[in-house]
Amino acid sequence: MELSIIFLPLIASIISGFFGRYIGDRNSEIVTSALVTISALLSIHVLYQVIVNQYEENIVIATWISSGSLDVNWSMLIDPLSSVMLVVVTSVSALVHIYSIGYMSHDPHKPRFMAYLSLFTFAMLMLVTSDNFIQLFFGWEGVGLCSYFLIGFWFKKESANAAAIKAFVVNRVGDFGFALGIFLIFYLFGTVNYSEVFQQIPTVVDKNLSFLGLEVKAIDLICLLLFIGAMGKSAQILLHTWLPDAMEGPTPVSALIHAATMVTAGVFLVVRCSPIYEYSPLILNFITIVGMTTAFFAATVALVQTDIKKIIAYSTCSQLGYMFFAAGVGAYNVAMFHLFTHAFFKALLFLGSGSVIHAFKDEQDINNMGGVWKKLPYTYALMIIGTLALTGFPFLSGFYSKDAIIEFAYLKGNTTGYYAAGIGIFTAFLTSIYSWRLIFKTFHGQYNNKNVKIEETHESPLVMLIPLIILSIGAIFAGFLFKNLFIGHGGENLFWAESIKFLEPLSTEHPPTWFLLLTPCLVLLSIPIAYYLFVKNKELPNEIANMNKPLYNFLVNKWYFDELYEVIFIKPSKKLGLFFWKFCDGKLIDGFGPDGISSFIKKCSIKANKFQSGFIYQYAFVMLLGFSALLTFLIVK
Amino acid sequence: MNFPILSSLILLPTVGALFLFFTKDKDGNNLTAKYVSLFTSVVNFLISIYLWISFDQSTSNFQFIEDRTWIEGFINYKVGVDGISILFVILTTFITPLCIISVNNSVKSKLRDFLIAILIMESFMIGVFCALDLVVFYLFFEAGLIPMFLIIGIWGGPRRVYSAFKFFLYTLLGSVLMLVAIISIYWISGTTDIIKLYELGIDAKYQNLLWLAFFSSFAVKTPMWPVHTWLPDAHVEAPTAGSVLLAAILLKMAGYGFIRFSLGLFPIASEIFTPLIYTLSIIAIILTSLIALMQEDMKKLIAYSSVAHMGFVTLGIFTLQQQGIEGSIIQMISHGLVSAALFLCVGVVYDRMHSRMISSYGGIVTIIPKYSILFMLFTLAALGLPGTSGFIGEFLILMGAFKDNFLVAVLASLGVILGAAYMLWLYKRVVFGKLINSDLKKMIDLDRSEYFILSCLAIPTLFFGFYPDPLINTIEVSVNDLIDMYNLNLTKN
Repeated sequence: MELSIIFLPLIASIISGFFGRYIGDRNSEIVTSALVTISALLSIHVLYQVIVNQYEENIVIATWISSGSLDVNWSMLIDPLSSVMLVVVTSVSALVHIYSIGYMSHDPHKPRFMAYLSLFTFAMLMLVTSDNFIQLFFGWEGVGLCSYFLIGFWFKKESANAAAIKAFVVNRVGDFGFALGIFLIFYLFGTVNYSEVFQQIPTVVDKNLSFLGLEVKAIDLICLLLFIGAMGKSAQILLHTWLPDAMEGPTPVSALIHAATMVTAGVFLVVRCSPIYEYSPLILNFITIVGMTTAFFAATVALVQTDIKKIIAYSTCSQLGYMFFAAGVGAYNVAMFHLFTHAFFKALLFLGSGSVIHAFKDEQDINNMGGVWKKLPYTYALMIIGTLALTGFPFLSGFYSKDAIIEFAYLKGNTTGYYAAGIGIFTAFLTSIYSWRLIFKTFHGQYNNKNVKIEETHESPLVMLIPLIILSIGAIFAGFLFKNLFIGHGGENLFWAESIKFLEPLSTEHPPTWFLLLTPCLVLLSIPIAYYLFVKNKELPNEIANMNKPLYNFLVNKWYFDELYEVIFIKPSKKLGLFFWKFCDGKLIDGFGPDGISSFIKKCSIKANKFQSGFIYQYAFVMLLGFSALLTFLIVK
Repeated sequence: MNFPILSSLILLPTVGALFLFFTKDKDGNNLTAKYVSLFTSVVNFLISIYLWISFDQSTSNFQFIEDRTWIEGFINYKVGVDGISILFVILTTFITPLCIISVNNSVKSKLRDFLIAILIMESFMIGVFCALDLVVFYLFFEAGLIPMFLIIGIWGGPRRVYSAFKFFLYTLLGSVLMLVAIISIYWISGTTDIIKLYELGIDAKYQNLLWLAFFSSFAVKTPMWPVHTWLPDAHVEAPTAGSVLLAAILLKMAGYGFIRFSLGLFPIASEIFTPLIYTLSIIAIILTSLIALMQEDMKKLIAYSSVAHMGFVTLGIFTLQQQGIEGSIIQMISHGLVSAALFLCVGVVYDRMHSRMISSYGGIVTIIPKYSILFMLFTLAALGLPGTSGFIGEFLILMGAFKDNFLVAVLASLGVILGAAYMLWLYKRVVFGKLINSDLKKMIDLDRSEYFILSCLAIPTLFFGFYPDPLINTIEVSVNDLIDMYNLNLTKN
């Protein structure tokens, strides 16, 4: 039964991908949605078993690679961590499948789209249920591949193709680190199996490695390399550039892959490897810093973007930052909790924005929207729920998880912890501002679209609204319901059992009351501020932007990362490629090698040709010369 | 003596070729010639499968040995296979029939002679992988040049003569030195029998020079940087079937040679020259990947990517780790399948549009969807996506390299990033995007035979990606014992 959770999506993908032409669009949609839904129901059942009966199992499906001492199996590991991921992945995926039936109704390639979605689900499930690093890597690259396919789904768009390749290649940079991490693990432990590796970790705590003359602690190096992989997949600063571009894909894809599931794989990796990370305070600090920087950076950029999907993409980036700094301060369970709640409200926001885009007939610029809240009442209400949950409005799901992150950062009690908490609070405020900006500019104010008349905008069909409603229920209640289970104080982490390791139990104290109230107050305060800025006095934001032109440009251009990479990586690689090709291969190697030799021989033979002039007197002269030389030689000798 | 199965494998294609030689050559659609050669090569493939089934995987000893005196007291015709060579034999017998099916449109004239060249070449290639005597090995190794030279020179593109000579010049240079080395081995040890040489070992003081002589030949054939420049030219000018044979099998002779001779006969020298191999491999991986990024000609791009992939192979071999060498062998098999398929993919569009330039394509995905799917699969296998055979090879090689030398593994891993970049960019420019060139609309999707060939290559690529056990089990013991013998010889001296 457990295996069918993984393989139903694969079967769905094969049916829709290879036989979609024969069974028709509608049947492909029904088959894929149905199979993934069954898989989701089974996952919920498994999670229930894990919660109630502490069910755990490690199923070996088949051997994959066995070379020398390396043994890798295809396997399925069910433990608290993977069962939570199972539920997140399959349930969001099932909802997105159903939503896509409506959203993609005008697309000519429906079976292909559904096949990719199901294939993605399969790869993601392989990733989360692996019991070793190499199957994890398989899933890791597999989801990257599906993401590549889906970003470039509209293959005629040049920008979509570019974004797809960018996503894959940037992820490969992360994978480069990840793969090296796996090599190092294999080198040190002779195995890539989680449980065997985690068991041996305490034995290498003091081991040093020298690399390029540097002495590094082996554990730090492993953690760093794995984290580079996580940074790529989870779009953390420096390797984040692909995520906003990935919005070129259809919106359901953004909801499933670039919000709820794939991008959280990095967080999952760090949490899964908590038995390693716990021994590396240095890298944990580093993760905290990267996490909070990303959270802050992405929030600032989101403030000024005008593409509805890009705003949500940067918001995702920022929330992933939160998850990482939770993991960085050692609160892995809180990171998982935020991952869990975030999946609901972020998928809700994306699908909601998809509904808006649908209503405006593929318009994505929020400057060309506005004033339609009465026309799209359900979408409006659902987006409001998503926004409230994201910003951490009291008693919605984001409130519990995000505030817990800030609290634990504060309780960490060291400098990074305080900084992280401070930045976390400030970023929460920014989050609130840009989220409400999106809502107000999209739904309030006056109608700004020139291409579509306001009468033509319409509410989405039921098949799109029902998944939204289900997600909104999750966005409202997930935090409240699962709070005790995931991050409950006392009875210390009964639920997570062995799947997350804490060297020292997390602090059970409470921060001071003023601190607890700070974030919710800021969040509440931000709503009237945003309303004033983006509905009442619309000139003010423009004036502020004009007054601080350099800062504004800096933000609009996303801190100039793309331009920077263009200058330091892309252009030099192309130039180097040309140089090595035209100059090294062409001029040097061929020039002095085969071409050089053949032209040299040609020259020699032309010279030699000249000897055979055909004139007897020349021959006689040469003979005479030779004869006299020989004679001289003999006499002298 | 049992049935001489290896000799029949070697001879059968030649017999087929002789038979063809005595048939009448009709220009144009010469179906008889095609059927005869196809029949011969398929029978050969079946024999080799039988060979694989009856092969004993639990020992590293050579099996199916045949030993006949050729020149009394000097050369014995001796052949046999172990776990390492048997896979290459099967690769050869597998690729050749596919090649023969593929020569539909690309070869316009003298079809019969073309098929003869391919069959003779098959004989020689199998001979190379089975030979257990240095002289026999050398003869097959060098003779393999001749059909290839003819294939490029007669059926090639406009610059075929230049390419053929460049190919010949490079390979000849290395070969001469190898011949000298083989003669000196005979002087030193009194035998050219490989099994005996393995037992006797070669005196440490001769090893360096001998190693370099063999190296010069193998490096050209691999090809390693900086003696790789013949490969892009040869590929560009060769007809599709020629490119396939060249990439899939001919290049593998060198990798096989490194394992069999450089490691087997000259362990001390191999140890000394490992840094050299590492350096050249890393340069090959990074440099040619960057070059591949900038190519405008599809065939050249794939040719350069071949150099990069072979860089991984040489790197893996000299890690002297179980994972490294096994990875190299799997990478060679995988590259045999994938590069063959990629060249065929280029051939498919070339046959329709008569252009190899990337810029003349774009937006063909809706016009020829079947082709696009298969091309995508091989693109992914070339960039080493998990689930394809390319991943297993590359990953094991890097894993082995990491055990031996951190820095080398780190640098080589950069090639993995670049590999993704140039392959995906190629695919995007050819298949995706807007349809600009309206001539492309007339393209017809894969016909039955093309579909069959590419599927035949796709199935093992995927199968061994998910389940490489059949390959690894075959080579495991042989590689293990090779490494043991290597280390033993090192300590002995």
